Amino acid sequence: MTSQTESPKLGASSISEHAPRRSLIDLLKNWELLLFVLIVGVVLVNSNLSPYFLNAQNLSRTSSDFMEIGLMMLPMVFIVITGNIDLSVASNMGMSASFMGLLHNMGVNIWLAALAGLALGTLGGVLNGYLISKVKLPSLVVTLGTYAFFRGIAYGFLGDQAARNYPSAFTFLGQGRVGDSLIPVSAAIFIGMAIIFGLVLHCTKFGRQLYAIGNNENAARYSGVPIGKIKFLIFVLSGLISAFAGLVLAARFGSTRPDNGTGLELAVITATVLGGVDINGGKGTMYGAILSLLLIGLLRFGMGLLNIQSQVQSTVIGLLLIISIFLPHIGQQIAQSKTSRFRWKTLLIVLGVLVIFAAFIAFFIWSRIPVLQDIYG
Amino acid sequence: MTNQEFKLGSKTSGKGFSFLDFISRFREVGIIAFILILVIAVTLREPSFLDIDNLTDILMNISILIIVAMAQTMVILTKGIDLSVSSIIGLVAMMVGFTLKANPEFPVIFSVVLGLVLGAILGSFNGFIITIGNVPPIIATLGTLSIYRGLVFFYSQGTWINSYELPHSIKVLSKGKLLGVPNLIVVAILIAVLTFLFLRYTRLGRNIYAVGSNPTASEYAGIRPQKIIFIVYVLSGIISGLAAVLWISRFESAQTNTALGFELNTVTAAVIGGVSTSGGVGSIPGVLLGALLLGVIQNSLTLIRISPFWQLAAQGLLIIVAVVTDKLISKRIVRTHK
Repeated sequence: MTSQTESPKLGASSISEHAPRRSLIDLLKNWELLLFVLIVGVVLVNSNLSPYFLNAQNLSRTSSDFMEIGLMMLPMVFIVITGNIDLSVASNMGMSASFMGLLHNMGVNIWLAALAGLALGTLGGVLNGYLISKVKLPSLVVTLGTYAFFRGIAYGFLGDQAARNYPSAFTFLGQGRVGDSLIPVSAAIFIGMAIIFGLVLHCTKFGRQLYAIGNNENAARYSGVPIGKIKFLIFVLSGLISAFAGLVLAARFGSTRPDNGTGLELAVITATVLGGVDINGGKGTMYGAILSLLLIGLLRFGMGLLNIQSQVQSTVIGLLLIISIFLPHIGQQIAQSKTSRFRWKTLLIVLGVLVIFAAFIAFFIWSRIPVLQDIYG
Repeated sequence: MTNQEFKLGSKTSGKGFSFLDFISRFREVGIIAFILILVIAVTLREPSFLDIDNLTDILMNISILIIVAMAQTMVILTKGIDLSVSSIIGLVAMMVGFTLKANPEFPVIFSVVLGLVLGAILGSFNGFIITIGNVPPIIATLGTLSIYRGLVFFYSQGTWINSYELPHSIKVLSKGKLLGVPNLIVVAILIAVLTFLFLRYTRLGRNIYAVGSNPTASEYAGIRPQKIIFIVYVLSGIISGLAAVLWISRFESAQTNTALGFELNTVTAAVIGGVSTSGGVGSIPGVLLGALLLGVIQNSLTLIRISPFWQLAAQGLLIIVAVVTDKLISKRIVRTHK
């Protein structure tokens, strides 16, 4: 009886004869569809708010802004599916690009310098992979350490200097377009790589082994999956691709500073998790991740057109990250609570929380009035 | 990850008590030795290192770090992490700063209480996401790290609070002296002692260890892990709120980049000090030594004129070295007990 009355509230198309669990699975299956609907919504809202939104030139330019995030997201999907995480990606891209910039400043040929940058980034991935697969440290701690370590090395290389004056053959990587079309070179590279990564994840033994590790590492080990080797490989891959993304960013800016890409790991992880890749591993698809990248990209572009500061934009991205994990879990909890016994307590808690946060928001707004008066008179 | 590691965590596992005790002491002795070597090496090159002014400077610089590291320690003990402490400090500092600018007549105690309350609310937001939403702490606080930092910009619209806009009373809060010791250092020591006593002698403190070493077992023992975890994040918010007020007081300003990247320092201090990221293991004296080591390294790098740009790299390397040593030590213990 209770399940019949509750299932419509879920909003999922569930049949009441089945347990509520079924409807949750339906909901998760439709995660990609949900993303698609959201994308359409964002496009509709934004094109109403700003006439510049649906401009081919603009869209082409803004898409190249997201290619570094997209590139780093590809190996991140692999890593998160195995139940691990790599917090060092953005620092790694800073380190590799700074090394390339340092060599370029010393007069080394740009392609040689770029190759050295790629090598250093891969080495960073090797360090992560070694500590995680051989020393068996949790990826979270290791990459938190290398997050600081790599960024520190980037600062050590360049200090407060910047590297610039890259030859146009190199900046083509970040600024150029394919032939006469509007497709940026970096976007073409991303699309090619995304197809390869997607095929590897969904159509090969290696891909299935990634899911196996994420679902149950011990079971995977007993069925002969070379766990250490695979973990090592994906972290090295992540290092290599992050370094490449660093080069793309440097080419796009036409310069390198040691703080290039600071904080991008948040965007990369958000794109991954919002795309339906389970942070605990074992679930997720490549096309879901790509759809969420598109969604984040369009959202940021729309907010940029509305003159919203980039730091405030990252507030929205942070909220998205939390909501994308929070909501499915809450849905699950509502679906599982069959009795109405907890209702009063839950209601009280929810009310209490609302009152506290309302008070906070009220104080936030009240104390901000003089701030605004100072600025706008 | 395995049961063996859980057993290692709890000091009450009986058999290995004396040996584990020795190892954990050994670690603190190790940090002290490292600090001493560093101090001797730096003093040989730059004798002014041991000046009382320089030593006070080091302590002043690590006071806020010590305070927030206490919060971070409690969080890491429950197998979590709070990356949002730096953004909580930034946001609370900004809100308190502007409130004080608009109402300079408010007494100091008011700004302290305001800081604590605001910190508690921001911390409870973390707690709700982590316990009710079942979001992993690292993801939740990575999210709030950028949410709160974004709110700082939204709140101030890019403006900041200067020294002359703050009332005199708040500035003396950290610089006044008690028996010749600056208040800030006194507060840091007080918080450290309180946290030490809290973790060691109160029921809640013991429960924090219990939840961290084995959540399932602690649940059977009648502890509600979710409740403990929630409390820990609120405590972390409260302490960060206090740190925010002290930050304004010490640096006489509130900026959009206040405490940017500070979360890493607190994690480093805790991890170097022997707090295990797999939960349940760690002591306050160790964390104090970890913070001291960080302070000495920062100070000596400046004194012997190594570019401050290498400091971050040194810090990252220290985290890695600390966790690798921990792992090697615990591996050896497992081997000797088999």
